[in-house]
Amino acid sequence: MSFVFYVFKKDFHSELRNRYSINSLLMFVMITISIVLFGIVSETSDSLVLSGVLWIVIFFSSMTGLSRSFVNEEEKGTTLFLQLNSKPLHVFLGKFLLNILLMLFINCVTILLYFFFVSDFQVKNFSIFFLTLFLGTFSISLSSTFIASIVAKANTKGALFPILSFPILIPIFISVISATKISVEGKSFSFASSDFQILISYILVIFSASILFFDFIWKE
Amino acid sequence: MIEFSVLNISKKFNKKFVFENLSFQLSDSNSIAIIGKNGSGKSTFLKICAGVLSPFSGNVEIKIGSKNIDKTNFFLHIGFVAPYLQLYDELTPTEHLEFCCNMKNVKFSKSVIEKVLEEVNLENRKNDFVRTFSSGMKQRLKYATAILHKPEILILDEPTVNLDKDGCETVKKIVEKQIQNGILVYATNNLKEENFSSNVLNIEKNNS
Repeated sequence: MSFVFYVFKKDFHSELRNRYSINSLLMFVMITISIVLFGIVSETSDSLVLSGVLWIVIFFSSMTGLSRSFVNEEEKGTTLFLQLNSKPLHVFLGKFLLNILLMLFINCVTILLYFFFVSDFQVKNFSIFFLTLFLGTFSISLSSTFIASIVAKANTKGALFPILSFPILIPIFISVISATKISVEGKSFSFASSDFQILISYILVIFSASILFFDFIWKE
Repeated sequence: MIEFSVLNISKKFNKKFVFENLSFQLSDSNSIAIIGKNGSGKSTFLKICAGVLSPFSGNVEIKIGSKNIDKTNFFLHIGFVAPYLQLYDELTPTEHLEFCCNMKNVKFSKSVIEKVLEEVNLENRKNDFVRTFSSGMKQRLKYATAILHKPEILILDEPTVNLDKDGCETVKKIVEKQIQNGILVYATNNLKEENFSSNVLNIEKNNS
């Protein structure tokens, strides 16, 4: 586990100094929320629609920043340095850890801005809402890290990431949007339990697939 | 006792073989020079030897004593330096070496870092960002990361590229030390460097 932390620490230092991912994520969140505000202007919007819009903001911000974890290494040519100094699994888990941290931070900012500016969005069951947010963040970070590792090896990295991500992330978005709607409607926990089951199963499947296949992706 | 066996390695890109059935076997205090024209596949071959690139066919084995080393642990026994090996511009030499120490189970201490940086004459720049380094200084730092864990096998691609006279002397010392204590594999186009080793593998001849 300590090896994972060392990869995370190296990437965290790099990110703090470059601020490439964090800046692009933050800019994207602010721009998207501004566009949502321009779109709804003074009209009263349904909380159910706004819960879907919230996840659209989160989806596109994750598409902007999370692919950088592996793409940056490929573009700078530092992949070989990592390959020569670490096991593939440690690299994957280290980068996944950083992506979770980034997504948690960005999602906190997104939620705060969303609550502050989009007054029509009112959550009635916060325990469901925050659990959805946590599981959603975890599963998006996990699948994005895995997809980024594949995309980094391709020539058309930028375009390929959202295209590949969309079908893989669909199960997450169906579940998180549904669970967010339940939290907005103020229903009890049992109504959202099937969505959480899907999210947890999804995490287990993608995590197993990542661990099994990452060695082959990492080594050309 | 170290045994490094590279057996019948072939590699093809886009259905075309770059090289076929290249083999060599080395044990303690042995070295080999890989030569061949530009584009003959020297670097690809070295990457396969280091375990970072998969061959189309063939196998690379490292045996230390009676123990066969698992492929995922090759990096613990190999040091690799090449012009295309890039370092992190936003990190310092100390941070690079700290990372290597941590990942390769070398106990990290200031004295370990200072000693290896002294060997490559970078001790005065240990806390500067790599982005401020010249290509020669980067090459020296690559040597520091490669020899830090005292690898049994040192793989060098164009060993003295980007280096000045002092740098070349440093490389010569590192190479001599490696040949005494382990195995050296290197690729070169430089006739002077070919003399580092009495064993030569000409990739082109092997493919003709």
